[in-house]
Amino acid sequence: MADKTDFNTSEGVPKAVSRRNFIKGVITSGVAVSSASYLFRASTPLNGQQSAVGVGERLITLNVNGQQRRVDAMKQETLASTLRYKLGLTGTKLGCDRAECGSCTVLIDDIPYYACSVLTHTVRGRKVLTIEGLANRDGTLHPVQQGVIDEQGFQCAFCMPGFIMATVGFLKTKPNPTRQELAQGISGNLCRCQDYDKILTSLMRGAENLRRSNRG
Amino acid sequence: MAVIRDVMAAFELYQPSSVADAQKLLEQHGSDAWVLAGGLDSFDWLKDRIKKPKVVVDLSGIEELRGVRTTTDGIEIGAMTTLTEVANHPIIKQKYDLLAQAAELVASPQIRNQGTIGGNVSQDTRCWYYRGGWPCYRAGGNICYADTPEGRNREHAILHAERCVAVNPSDTAPALIALDAKFVLRTRKGERVVDAEDYFIGPDIDITRLHILQPGDLLTAIRIPSTWAGAQFYFEKIRDRNVWDFPLMNVASAMVTSDDRIERIRIAVNGAAARPLRLKAVEDAVRGRPRNAATGEMAGKLAVQGAVPLQFNAYKIPLMRNLVKRAISGVQEATWAS
Repeated sequence: MADKTDFNTSEGVPKAVSRRNFIKGVITSGVAVSSASYLFRASTPLNGQQSAVGVGERLITLNVNGQQRRVDAMKQETLASTLRYKLGLTGTKLGCDRAECGSCTVLIDDIPYYACSVLTHTVRGRKVLTIEGLANRDGTLHPVQQGVIDEQGFQCAFCMPGFIMATVGFLKTKPNPTRQELAQGISGNLCRCQDYDKILTSLMRGAENLRRSNRG
Repeated sequence: MAVIRDVMAAFELYQPSSVADAQKLLEQHGSDAWVLAGGLDSFDWLKDRIKKPKVVVDLSGIEELRGVRTTTDGIEIGAMTTLTEVANHPIIKQKYDLLAQAAELVASPQIRNQGTIGGNVSQDTRCWYYRGGWPCYRAGGNICYADTPEGRNREHAILHAERCVAVNPSDTAPALIALDAKFVLRTRKGERVVDAEDYFIGPDIDITRLHILQPGDLLTAIRIPSTWAGAQFYFEKIRDRNVWDFPLMNVASAMVTSDDRIERIRIAVNGAAARPLRLKAVEDAVRGRPRNAATGEMAGKLAVQGAVPLQFNAYKIPLMRNLVKRAISGVQEATWAS
């Protein structure tokens, strides 16, 4: 049932709903109570994040690569589209757009996701990390990126950002994988150049770089 | 299938933070509403614009639907718990490893990070005629495109087909049936608990759905009783490639033996019919028998009785026979004497 306190916040009710009609609605229909309570609740925190969004709100703040980015995102917009076309972060690639190829892999709260299959509005309050956010501010590459350069792992490298993000995410759960384990860990990414052996070699090198840099 | 390089059709997105709120929203919007769990099944439908809901209700912000809890008799898994969490959970791995094995074999790492156990058992079939938007029986039409002389039906059903020959694609479903899990539903009338095998329905009951959820209903949790904790488990999934693919067929069994005789057993397969099949006749036939190749062979033959192949899926009959045999007598025993 609707929480009584909801009625105290009714300043935000659209003018079209008169007080009288609203009360009549409450009396005649339990559904009106529930829908109205939802309407009022729009000004309370959603997903633990304080925001003034109503049901139709599109302007949201995302935490991307450590920065707070304001963005106007449609409700049906995927994170990959927002990153590429609204925030200019084109390092995240769109390959299949169907959660199959892995090119769009980004980390959300340190876990690899297919950004083509995540709604932008569902990552409010969470930390998004893309390939652009991996290197240090001073330009020093992430150890996994350095491993890819050391071993020249990719041919055309369209799939590379996805592979690197998947690897960085996997190494957070398993910092010292065998070649087989890493292959399993990045098995959600495809390479049309069929360069898997070299990719794996370079990412193993990246894992080694990462362990060494953490030690030092 | 045409891939539309465009965003999904517009919808209103609601992100309720409690099951009660979600139910209110579903009730309010009726058939306009779409329930979004992990989204990996949903987005295909929405991106191809074959389903165009006006309202999407995203369950990801509902904390009460997440996580694994121990209960007085076993565990309860929130429906929005991800497959990665299920596959890595220490208690599940220790006592109900059958489910951990099944969850680990679903799709790819990224999909397991996002996909939920509730979504995995509630996802729609992968029949491409149906998913491609063809007006087949399942979509409300009056033909099955897969079951025609030229229909591509290599992945389709060999058992219990009734007009529609689509199969259920879930990997965790047979594992949950073998573990005698109970599904907790929240309906308009309140909470309802059903046996795992009764959650799934074939086209003879409702040709448009693979499960019993009515519009407005939510699957909130899955309870696993301790009945089969620590039993001998067998899970095997056959697919075209080792990652991402849905099962051509899979098998899950839980068994308790004493002196190498099968004392208790539950076994289920998926990929053979529109619903994951619990093989009750097999269970009854092998109970009390020695766990050996002969028993496994007998079980395999019994399991495929009544199977009717389509044009391109006759291979599924020996596949199912062998999987059932392996599930009962073990892999090392699984060579056929014939």
